[in-house]
Amino acid sequence: MPTPLVVSDVAKSFTMHLRDGIKLPVVAGVSFSIRAGECAVLGGPSGAGKSSILKMLYGNYAVDEGQIIVQHADGLIDLATASPRTVLAVRRQTIGYVSQFLRTVPRVSALDVVAEPLVERGEEREAAREKARALLAQLNLPEKLWALPPATFSGGEQQRVNIARGFITDHPVLLLDEPTASLDARNRDVAIALIAEKKAAGVALLGIFHDNDVREAVVDRIIDVTAFAAGKLAA
Amino acid sequence: MTDEPLLRVSALSKFYGSRVGCENVSFDLWPGEVLAVVGESGSGKTTLLNCLSTRLLPSSGTASYRMRDGQFRELYRMSEAERRFLMRTDWGFVHQNPADGLRMTVSAGANVGERLMAIGDRHYGKIRATAVDWLSRVEIDEDRIDDEPRAFSGGMRQRLQIARNLVTGPRLVFMDEPTGGLDVSVQARLLDLLRGLVTDLGLAAIVVTHDLAVARLLSQRMMVMKDGRVVESGLTDRVLDDPRAPYTQLLVSSILQV
Repeated sequence: MPTPLVVSDVAKSFTMHLRDGIKLPVVAGVSFSIRAGECAVLGGPSGAGKSSILKMLYGNYAVDEGQIIVQHADGLIDLATASPRTVLAVRRQTIGYVSQFLRTVPRVSALDVVAEPLVERGEEREAAREKARALLAQLNLPEKLWALPPATFSGGEQQRVNIARGFITDHPVLLLDEPTASLDARNRDVAIALIAEKKAAGVALLGIFHDNDVREAVVDRIIDVTAFAAGKLAA
Repeated sequence: MTDEPLLRVSALSKFYGSRVGCENVSFDLWPGEVLAVVGESGSGKTTLLNCLSTRLLPSSGTASYRMRDGQFRELYRMSEAERRFLMRTDWGFVHQNPADGLRMTVSAGANVGERLMAIGDRHYGKIRATAVDWLSRVEIDEDRIDDEPRAFSGGMRQRLQIARNLVTGPRLVFMDEPTGGLDVSVQARLLDLLRGLVTDLGLAAIVVTHDLAVARLLSQRMMVMKDGRVVESGLTDRVLDDPRAPYTQLLVSSILQV
């Protein structure tokens, strides 16, 4: 089975043009791969560049150097140089992302927020909603909230909507940016179970988890991000 | 889904005498894509939009559009009549000021129905039924169908203008600051409505806005313009979350946090 995601020699820095063009190096020499069915965890203190790495893999941050090769639609795509249109297709079909925070759209119900990625992939709306209901129920989101836009939900409720939205599809690669940060113990366990299901289904997962319990429950391998510290290569 | 773009723009420039309107703009637009063009006033974004929609002719450069028969046609080589026909059937243009896109002294229903008649619909009952359907899709009550848009609020007028534009089932819609001048709550409703319609109908759209939040909500791709040139382009969230050009960084850092 081909490796779904291979990262080689990726470097990222920010140039702050409003601050006299100072250059903030973030990471360099980032190289790793994720196998199908494993959950790798990015480790290291905050500021080490864990989120930046996830964002580059999702096409949300530009990549200065290196390659991000993803198995997409029977071919290989280099996300570091792919066109916006290709990145969008990869996001729709291949790489899913569960962020820490939900970006809400006014007036769209929680149920439709969750169902949307399936509808975008061509699934019929009512069938997508049915799956969304099942996931929201599994994540113990009170049914009376389903028809409401999540903007006014609590942090934990929003995060459950976010998790449901990220887990509803069968993307072969899933990026998790602290998906359990504001969950209570019961829902953390649900999230752990969902991750285990994904692993069993052969999904390649890469995550950031600050919560030790969750990390220990899901991790197969830790990728130490401090090894990619941007200053380190030069030294 | 086809793999060919709907619109191909290459090295488009428009000069007003020696002054630059827009210079050397190139991009492709695919069906179902929403492209936001952002920049401050005077950046050339409206000039670009007017050139693309053939309301203005560019000084140089080309734009070709894939017609319904699959053939690409060079926009600036079409006859005036052909362009008008395209404008009436396959395209929409949503103006910032609804009064520019509506006929203010005929009823709301007629504003919507007129576009249908322009493409050859003659059956009064059918036209009226379609108008009622479209008014409800833009959340205007059926009992307002015989009122003139003069009697509508700004937000309602804008929704009516959108209905008038979308009723013919266009494949490409141009929007010039569609939420400009509206109250914030009205804006949110309109944006949400636009977002839903664009997704459901699979429209391609080019939206000019100075509001980065509007761009974030509506578009997948973005072009940032300054002094008539495109200074940065890419995925909307990439441009906003990791702006690379000095000017984009300035724009993004100038957003007020609420």
